[in-house]
Amino acid sequence: MDRRRPALLAAVPLTAVLSTRVPLWRDVRVLKWVLQLVVVGLVVALVIWLYGNYVENTAEQNIPTDFGFLDNPANFQITGNELGANQPVRDALYQGLLNTLRISVAGIVAATILGTLVGIARLSSNWIVSKLATVYVEAVRNIPLALFVIAGLLVVVLGVFPTIQEAWNLAGLAIISNRGVAVPWFVGAGFGLLAIGAVAAVTAWLAARWRSSVSDRTGVPPRSGLWASGAFLVVFVIGWVAFGYEWTLPELDGRQTVGGIRIDPSFFALFFALVIYTASHIAEIVRGSIQAVPRGQGEAADAVALSGFQRMWYVILPQAFRIGIPPIGNQHLNLIKNSSLGAAIGYYDLTLVAQTTVGNGSPAVPVFALTMVLYICISLVTSLIVNYANRRSALVER
Amino acid sequence: MSATAHRSGALVWARRNLFRSPVDGVLSILFGALSLWLVYKTLSFVFVTGRWDVIRVNLRLMMIGRFPDAHVLRLAITVVVLAAWGGFLAGFIRARQIRSGHASDERVPLVARLGDVAARLWLPAVVVLLLLLLSSTAGPWIIVGIAIVAAIIGRLVGPFAGRPKLGPVGSGVVVAGLGAVPVALYFYVVTAVGFDDWGGFMLNLFLAVCSIVLCFPLGILLALGRRSTLPLVRVVCTTYIELVRGAPLFVLLLLANVALGFFVPNSLAPSTSTRAIIVFTLFTAAYMAEIVRGGLQSVPRGQIEAAKAVGLSPVRQMGYIVLPQALRNVIPAQNGQLISLFKDTTLAGIAMGLFELLNVAGAITAQPDFRGQGLIGETITFAALLFWTVAFTMSRESQRLEKRLGVGVR
Repeated sequence: MDRRRPALLAAVPLTAVLSTRVPLWRDVRVLKWVLQLVVVGLVVALVIWLYGNYVENTAEQNIPTDFGFLDNPANFQITGNELGANQPVRDALYQGLLNTLRISVAGIVAATILGTLVGIARLSSNWIVSKLATVYVEAVRNIPLALFVIAGLLVVVLGVFPTIQEAWNLAGLAIISNRGVAVPWFVGAGFGLLAIGAVAAVTAWLAARWRSSVSDRTGVPPRSGLWASGAFLVVFVIGWVAFGYEWTLPELDGRQTVGGIRIDPSFFALFFALVIYTASHIAEIVRGSIQAVPRGQGEAADAVALSGFQRMWYVILPQAFRIGIPPIGNQHLNLIKNSSLGAAIGYYDLTLVAQTTVGNGSPAVPVFALTMVLYICISLVTSLIVNYANRRSALVER
Repeated sequence: MSATAHRSGALVWARRNLFRSPVDGVLSILFGALSLWLVYKTLSFVFVTGRWDVIRVNLRLMMIGRFPDAHVLRLAITVVVLAAWGGFLAGFIRARQIRSGHASDERVPLVARLGDVAARLWLPAVVVLLLLLLSSTAGPWIIVGIAIVAAIIGRLVGPFAGRPKLGPVGSGVVVAGLGAVPVALYFYVVTAVGFDDWGGFMLNLFLAVCSIVLCFPLGILLALGRRSTLPLVRVVCTTYIELVRGAPLFVLLLLANVALGFFVPNSLAPSTSTRAIIVFTLFTAAYMAEIVRGGLQSVPRGQIEAAKAVGLSPVRQMGYIVLPQALRNVIPAQNGQLISLFKDTTLAGIAMGLFELLNVAGAITAQPDFRGQGLIGETITFAALLFWTVAFTMSRESQRLEKRLGVGVR
């Protein structure tokens, strides 16, 4: 061994041993930049290749690549929406966006409530309730949503619901037939009523704030929920009467319903499919979150003699939702994205409008690019709201 | 004496679990009635009102679509070889685990082992039995019989391949062979019947398996990219992940169906099924990346520091120390994602018109013999049963794997 060492040393030039500089191809900083440039170069090359193909193929088939199609007539109508025959594609997409938002908001509210109830039910001490909730969750979670959506329309609405002549009339409050479900609605419902609702909500919030500050000062029970709903009702009813709003009940008139508002079969089916499916996922999150609340919290609530409802509402659920908000928000995002399945059963949401527009001759790539940008915007706004809620509810630590 | 004790036991149980308080009692009666009604409705649908002829007649269409008669033998051989392969793999892995000390080599009595297998696989077994009973020919019975025998033989042979005697080269050959078998089978089937003529539940399973296999490496790369210290790589990966996660899968499938052809030269335009696989892979990879990123963040810093301290190269730090722990920690989330990928294969039918199970379920109600009878309830229920069985089995196996690997315990 000893005899070989000088030879080895001699093989390495003295300058290299003495120099502190690392050769370029072994320098970590250089390597990092080279690697990045290679990755970015590959990505850029891929994008350029795809874009080049796109330009070439569209030019070959004379397909426009700009957004001029937005001003062309849409050439289709959406039942139940204010979309006339000659309105441009722009308006059709706007109506589609509104429809997506409608089903999403309604679905999110209903799915969250149902999911929370089922999640609590799974942990119930009542054997039947907990078993039923378990069966519901395990059955629904493992079946594709598309099956629910299609079964909702074809099996429930078109199969089980009666024809319009034999429509089920639920005490005059709802008329159910395979043409849809008619329910009471406001006359002239629109932004005016929404504004009144918003004012009422702000009043309710202020009332709740005021009650809790009174409670902090004097120690009387806050009862902020009671006060808030009271304030909401008072303001809403005053606005209702002052501005002369009315409502109408649905009535059967020959082969159609008049009055109220008719919920489209596709909306009905999509809504229930989304709610039932998403609620099963939310229920699992709620269950996990409740189980993650330390046992001592529930025991402490029992020790100060809170009722079962108070224990859940004031002690367990607030802490459970602190844990559960991010994953539940994810489910809300999923629900919004899944609402695109309405296109499969003819609900004119953003997706179906885009699909129809493409079918009517608009260029596919710009239409779908626009659609995706809109969906991504909705997702971003929703996740901003979820993040805000998460920050608000997060435990403030030192 | 014992009867009274038993009765009082039941009463005590009912009092404790059903009638704790008046409210509880009302709930019990209400939901008890609801469940009785549901059970009654289900049973009467299954045994009385349901008209299952449409399933019996179209069973083959639902399972394998319009796969030509002449080549069904290839499918049968594939099933048998896959069964043998699965058994062999199970035996091989078991032997390796015993060798590395991860499993005890205690002899488990045969009855206990059979009991274990039955506890794990009774549900798919029952459904397979149901399918066999619905089939009108003897072929499926023979295939399943041979497949079971093949699986058992594979399981018995497998441990020999996992023995240390083989040495690293031998083991390498065995592992490579195991990987090559599914690929070879794929080409064996696809050379006879082009991929676009596949259909039925087979297509759902194939789309899911292909996309699962392909999305894993891509997802891991994206996750590493997003966590990388190289800013440009990070930006590229983050942009990709967030864009894909913001868009609905259904819209991506529609887009791929009508517009993917624009982005590649005409000669390269992929077939519909290939488009579906591409979209599923790219879509799930983004979600997988987020899950893996969560796993990477859960690995304590000390692990990486220790790996550096013993002089592992960055690639080996990742491959031997960080990734195994990271992937183990997120098994539940990964499996959830894979199950939802499997369920989402139905979207390919709606968006792209692929002849997968849901599409078949709709199409067979329009056959001359069954048109206009409102049979969609029966066919969708049957499809739901198949999807449910596979998805539920996947989630149960995932829970078992979690327990075995000690997720959240170690």
